[in-house]
Amino acid sequence: MADISIPIAPILASSNARSRARALRRLILRDHAFRFITRAAAILVLALLGGVILSLAWGAWPAMRAFGFGFLVSEVWNPVTDEYGAAAPICGTLITAFLAVFIAVPIGLGIAIFLTELCPQKLRRPIGIAIELLAGIPSIVYGIWGLFVFAPFLQAYVQPALIRISAPVPLLSILFAGPPYGIGMLTAGIILAIMVLPFVTSISRDVFETVPAVLKESAYGIGCTTWEVVRNVVLPYTRVGVIGGVMLGLGRALGETMAVTFVIGNAHKISGSLLAPGTTISATIANEFTEAVSDLYTSSLVELGLILFVITFFVLVGARLMLLRLDRKAGA
Amino acid sequence: MSRYDARRRTDALARALCVAAAIFGLGWLALILIAVLLGGFGGLSLSIFTKMTSPPGANGGLLNAIVGSLIMTTLGVAIGAPIGMLAGTYMAEYGRYSKLTFFVRFINDILLSAPSIVVGLFVYQIMVARMGHFSALAGGVALAIIVIPVVVRTTEDMLLLVPGSLREAAAALGMPRASIIGQVAYRSARAGLVTGVLLAVARISGETAPLLFTALNNQFFTANVNAPMSSLPAVIFQFAQSPYREWHRLAWAGALLITVAVLTMSVAARVLSARAANK
Repeated sequence: MADISIPIAPILASSNARSRARALRRLILRDHAFRFITRAAAILVLALLGGVILSLAWGAWPAMRAFGFGFLVSEVWNPVTDEYGAAAPICGTLITAFLAVFIAVPIGLGIAIFLTELCPQKLRRPIGIAIELLAGIPSIVYGIWGLFVFAPFLQAYVQPALIRISAPVPLLSILFAGPPYGIGMLTAGIILAIMVLPFVTSISRDVFETVPAVLKESAYGIGCTTWEVVRNVVLPYTRVGVIGGVMLGLGRALGETMAVTFVIGNAHKISGSLLAPGTTISATIANEFTEAVSDLYTSSLVELGLILFVITFFVLVGARLMLLRLDRKAGA
Repeated sequence: MSRYDARRRTDALARALCVAAAIFGLGWLALILIAVLLGGFGGLSLSIFTKMTSPPGANGGLLNAIVGSLIMTTLGVAIGAPIGMLAGTYMAEYGRYSKLTFFVRFINDILLSAPSIVVGLFVYQIMVARMGHFSALAGGVALAIIVIPVVVRTTEDMLLLVPGSLREAAAALGMPRASIIGQVAYRSARAGLVTGVLLAVARISGETAPLLFTALNNQFFTANVNAPMSSLPAVIFQFAQSPYREWHRLAWAGALLITVAVLTMSVAARVLSARAANK
């Protein structure tokens, strides 16, 4: 028996070692493969951004060649003669977005201060959650509300009053001139403000919460009022983060499409009056892209998209850099 | 004394303004919700779920749009979620401190709030223009591009929450890295990962802009992903801008459906993540 088992043992051992080596190799291979796949996915995210910019630039090339830099300043938008200029949509985009931020920031900051400093502890979480949920409501819902409820309301009550009140005032009479259409820049700006309000609020709240309690307590300790604590401790400490949050909201407002498309009126002209219909880049693309018959028309719309992407890209990069700076401060 | 009074007055004024801002802001948001509920319930009926969109005058429903939305959302998540999870895995597990991770995180945060209409243009350029026709598949890809950043973000965050000692224990037993990730990290972060996918679904189920010129719209029922397909948001967009009363009714009902779906998913995501945090 013994002379049988002796020759078998080394064979067994070696086959065992071989199968172990094989199993180990398989595991290593699998590990490498998984690592490679995840890395590729991460790089794909980068490629996505590059791909978006490249493909838009590629699609916009015919329009760039045809109009050059004149595209940015020309107000002409005429599909019949195949001439296009981006001035009106760019203007509309900037005006509505800044209007939105202008309205939403004070209110959003107010709510954030209320939530972090004044609100009873019990109500903080529910209100905070409610605001975050509202940030998730899709823009088309805001759009349909704007078109059927808000614009008629503005037309019937608010805009006539605005026109009447501002008529004798020199500057305001230009800003609020013309018949009350209901739809227009002002309506779009207000709806955008309602949409970015939750973003501004939740970011400012998060940022306010990074203020160390010791700082606030010591300010209270020397007899500061709540407002003085907010004004002299909380706001200076979080300035960078708040600016970052505001820019993030601005980025949202710039790129927002559906809600604006419903209420902007889609008129390719620049008007001094906020009550006049206008257009934004995203609204123009949404309304006209599928109807664009000539190649140059399509290409011009793609160039509009490229312009929008570049503008929002820089705003968002600015926002992120600001928020990163605050993170570093909080980490230190 | 008067100076003290002035300070107190300023304080009271500022407090009052903050409270007013809260009431004002929340009031608007509540108004919108109420309007959607009222408008939507007025238009809600069984035929919404059983009939196709119809020409004005006929009594129609939203069946093809609902099915289209479901198909494209599924496509978007099926394509986008795995890519997002893998990228997030790399960032949290393999390359936690690498330059690439830092860079990807920065770009990803920008993609997270990039204008969705630009995504539509991009997919139009690379798919619709190449293939020569609109298709639900292109719509799904456009939605996937919106899903990816959401899932990347939550996957990375959730995997970073998994305690390192768990991974070390697994490594000490001789587990290879891939198995540690698959059987330890994923498993302990499961609720968080599901939350991320839910958030992504909530995000895309109301997206309209990227679908307008990728999936276009379709008056008829189709399950063919290589053909134009109808979706709830696209139908709302078309119907709300029409002059017909019945179409308006359907648009409101559609808006209600989307709102309820999105809110339900966000709440579910929140409950899940709260449960994961308690564990």
